[in-house]
Amino acid sequence: MIDKTHPDAASAVADVFDGATVLIGGFGEAGSPVELIHALIDQGAKDLTVVNNNTGSGEVGLAALIKAGRVAKMVCSYPRTANSTVFPELYRSGKIELELVPQGTLAERIRAGGAGIPAFYTPTSVGTPLEVGKEKRSFGDRDYVLEYGLTGDFALIKAKTADRLGNLVYNKTARNFSPVMAMAAATTIVQAGALVTPGGLDPEAVVTPGIFVDSVVLVPDPEHESVLVERGVSYP
Amino acid sequence: MTNSSPAVGLTRDEMAQRAALDIPDGSYVNLGIGIPELVAAYVPEGTEVIYHTENGLLGMGPSPQPGLGDPELINAGKRQVTALDGAAFFHHADSFAMIRGGHIDLCVLGALQVSESGDLANWSTGAPDAIPAVGGAMDLVAGVRSIRVITQHTTRSGEPKLVKSCSYPLTGPAVVGRIYTDLAVIDVTSDGFQLVELAAGVDLAYVQERTGADLKPIAIHPHGGD
Repeated sequence: MIDKTHPDAASAVADVFDGATVLIGGFGEAGSPVELIHALIDQGAKDLTVVNNNTGSGEVGLAALIKAGRVAKMVCSYPRTANSTVFPELYRSGKIELELVPQGTLAERIRAGGAGIPAFYTPTSVGTPLEVGKEKRSFGDRDYVLEYGLTGDFALIKAKTADRLGNLVYNKTARNFSPVMAMAAATTIVQAGALVTPGGLDPEAVVTPGIFVDSVVLVPDPEHESVLVERGVSYP
Repeated sequence: MTNSSPAVGLTRDEMAQRAALDIPDGSYVNLGIGIPELVAAYVPEGTEVIYHTENGLLGMGPSPQPGLGDPELINAGKRQVTALDGAAFFHHADSFAMIRGGHIDLCVLGALQVSESGDLANWSTGAPDAIPAVGGAMDLVAGVRSIRVITQHTTRSGEPKLVKSCSYPLTGPAVVGRIYTDLAVIDVTSDGFQLVELAAGVDLAYVQERTGADLKPIAIHPHGGD
């Protein structure tokens, strides 16, 4: 029998190793797998490369992971947000590396990585400072830059509902990068707000098919980053 | 955010209202962060426009009533929004396929600078201690058919934002079609900046003085644009 469920977040993230590339779902707080990130902080893996659209807020979730000194490099499109202070401080003092990627290019690089496409051409960033160092080619009357597919050793994502096979549905705009990250990681770890038995999800409505998922942890009432920040919580 | 009436020219809301007038019925529209977000409130009665937010929603509605929001239903500015009847959620790769694939009709963005050839700079001042952050702006200008800009005509210190060539790092070259400022509506043409409309109380000389490149006077049929 296939059963991808884990009893808790700690056992789900136990195998994350030093130097791993970790794709973390979420756009701002929407879809941020706060409980899995906190378990990763407790677990202790370091020198991580983290791929996320942003860099977290306050001192919880992704920002707490960065503050704990576990992240050597961030790959993201928008490292500044409201209440985002941890990353800017470390970046200005040269303690963390940044690879800035346009948001659509980031999404497509992850999608390509998950789909077995090593590289692709896109018009995004042509004629801007972000084209520097990229191979350029013309198709028709337009220039494009070559971008490489992006994969991860692990993905940490948040779903609304899962089954033991790893089929997932998401909540509203919390979906964002998670479906492509689930495809692009060697090991995809999911925190789900609810678990149903196989058949409990309409096959027509499944967003991430279970083949892309390795581990599922039930987190029934996930914390919201903004609520934790408002309460002044600092993890751990 | 203050919105007191300026001595001359349009308020932020009036600029948004003016830009909204030019949005064709039936358009799929992406609005940038800042003044562009205000545009949605002013789309004329009887016009159906579908708003796209790049974090995965078509059919974005206004802010929720207090207490009724969902932290997982937000816009690209990370503010809580609503999903209208007929809305659809999708993941980021699909969202940017809509953008890059040319499916979004029109985008209204903010700007740091726009050049007379339509170059847009809106993501970085290039300052050495700035945290570079680009978001989806480069994808939007590379993929959306019509790019419009709403911006104050000058910076707070009075420097022109409409210039001969941008000194800030570009978001994209030759992408902007029309600019709405507090002082005027201006088209970017192969001939440079073409004045389309002046705000009440200002004349060509007043706007020219605050513009870093030549402004062509209003044409006889001032309904140009894209």
